[in-house]
Amino acid sequence: MAKIASNFKNMVITLCVVTMGSGAILGLMNQLTTDAISMSQKKAQEEAIASVLPRFEKLGKSYMAAVDGEKDSLNIFPALNEQGVIIGLAVKTYTNSGFSGNIQIMVGFDKENKISGFQVLQHQETPGLGSKMQEWFSTPKEGKKNSIIGLDPNKAILTVSKDGGDVDAITAATISSRAFLDAVSRATKAINNSKSADGMTGATQQHNEKEGGKS
Amino acid sequence: MSKFKIVTKGFLQENPVFVLLLGMCPTLGVTSSAINGLGMGLATTFVLMLSNIAISLIARFIPDKVRIPSFIVVIATFVTVLQMVMQAYLPALFKSLGLFIPLIVVNCIVLGRAEAFASKNGPVDSMLDGIGMGLGFSFALTLLGGIRELLGSGKLFGFPCFNEDRGSLVFILAPGAFLVLGYLIAIINKIKNDPALFSRLLLVVKTLLRINRI
Repeated sequence: MAKIASNFKNMVITLCVVTMGSGAILGLMNQLTTDAISMSQKKAQEEAIASVLPRFEKLGKSYMAAVDGEKDSLNIFPALNEQGVIIGLAVKTYTNSGFSGNIQIMVGFDKENKISGFQVLQHQETPGLGSKMQEWFSTPKEGKKNSIIGLDPNKAILTVSKDGGDVDAITAATISSRAFLDAVSRATKAINNSKSADGMTGATQQHNEKEGGKS
Repeated sequence: MSKFKIVTKGFLQENPVFVLLLGMCPTLGVTSSAINGLGMGLATTFVLMLSNIAISLIARFIPDKVRIPSFIVVIATFVTVLQMVMQAYLPALFKSLGLFIPLIVVNCIVLGRAEAFASKNGPVDSMLDGIGMGLGFSFALTLLGGIRELLGSGKLFGFPCFNEDRGSLVFILAPGAFLVLGYLIAIINKIKNDPALFSRLLLVVKTLLRINRI
């Protein structure tokens, strides 16, 4: 079998054919998987919301709430009961002060505004230390104030006890713990903000409720 | 070389991790747990198999001087396909492997097998070579991940084996990967270069299996 000569024309043609073929395959695969990808991302988000809130009937329309002095707003998902009344809020919050950067957390607040649950969506903390966030802050341990479930963020101080707060940090992972609580208090600020701007936000909420009821 | 030999040589004689020492980046990076190692190994097996088939088919039409860029484009295509499929249907595994999936493109094993085997052999042999090498890689990664997970957190495939607090964290962190890999390579080389020991080990395994059956 004669090998094709490595002259300029042959090389250009070969590379064109190979890259065009690969482009065609990728375009096709992209079309086939786009729907499934966005579906699975949506499903993951809904599952996260369901896991942080008490039982609810359906989700209302989500809205953005700004946090003072920060550019990015947080996404708030209201959960409704059968009558369309808000019984809890899930907030997708974040922090950039983790041990290895960004951490994304979904935090749920019940109707008394207490923390009903949370789920760490994304993090790069050290395995075995900072990565224990999910378990540590949700399961109460004897003689420790490590669980944040049931805390009222407007009464309790959401910083680690080393900094004078009300929550005990993960052993040997104070930085991750600070970051985690930073994200939770950011969620609290966003909720308070959206409530304090009463006239306007109240109206938006009602509007959202109606829309949620229709869909 | 018989077809059977092509598949099995990737396991011990030419194991990509323990003998050829190729693809060290994912080997050290993702093996903090057995399931991550297995997932990464199978993902690489998938890419290796498909890219080997494709390259064995097109290799004769490709001029020598643009061989490497063409192979890389083919490999990158399959990796991107894999990434999209995983993101769509296996989001949990995709999340835990994350960054390391695109890195399969530059995994030396894939390009190495394309260059050393697939470009010189037919599609069937190349596919078998891809499967053998891929499974050898998966085996190595799972073994490494399992040992690190067990020593580091007292779990195996996520099932607790002993108290987590007794685990030694160093094995889950990067230095542990080097330590475990070093010992494993030493052990594998000892077994491989000592036929008597190898047959004795085989006998032990067979006996254990027989006891299990009774």
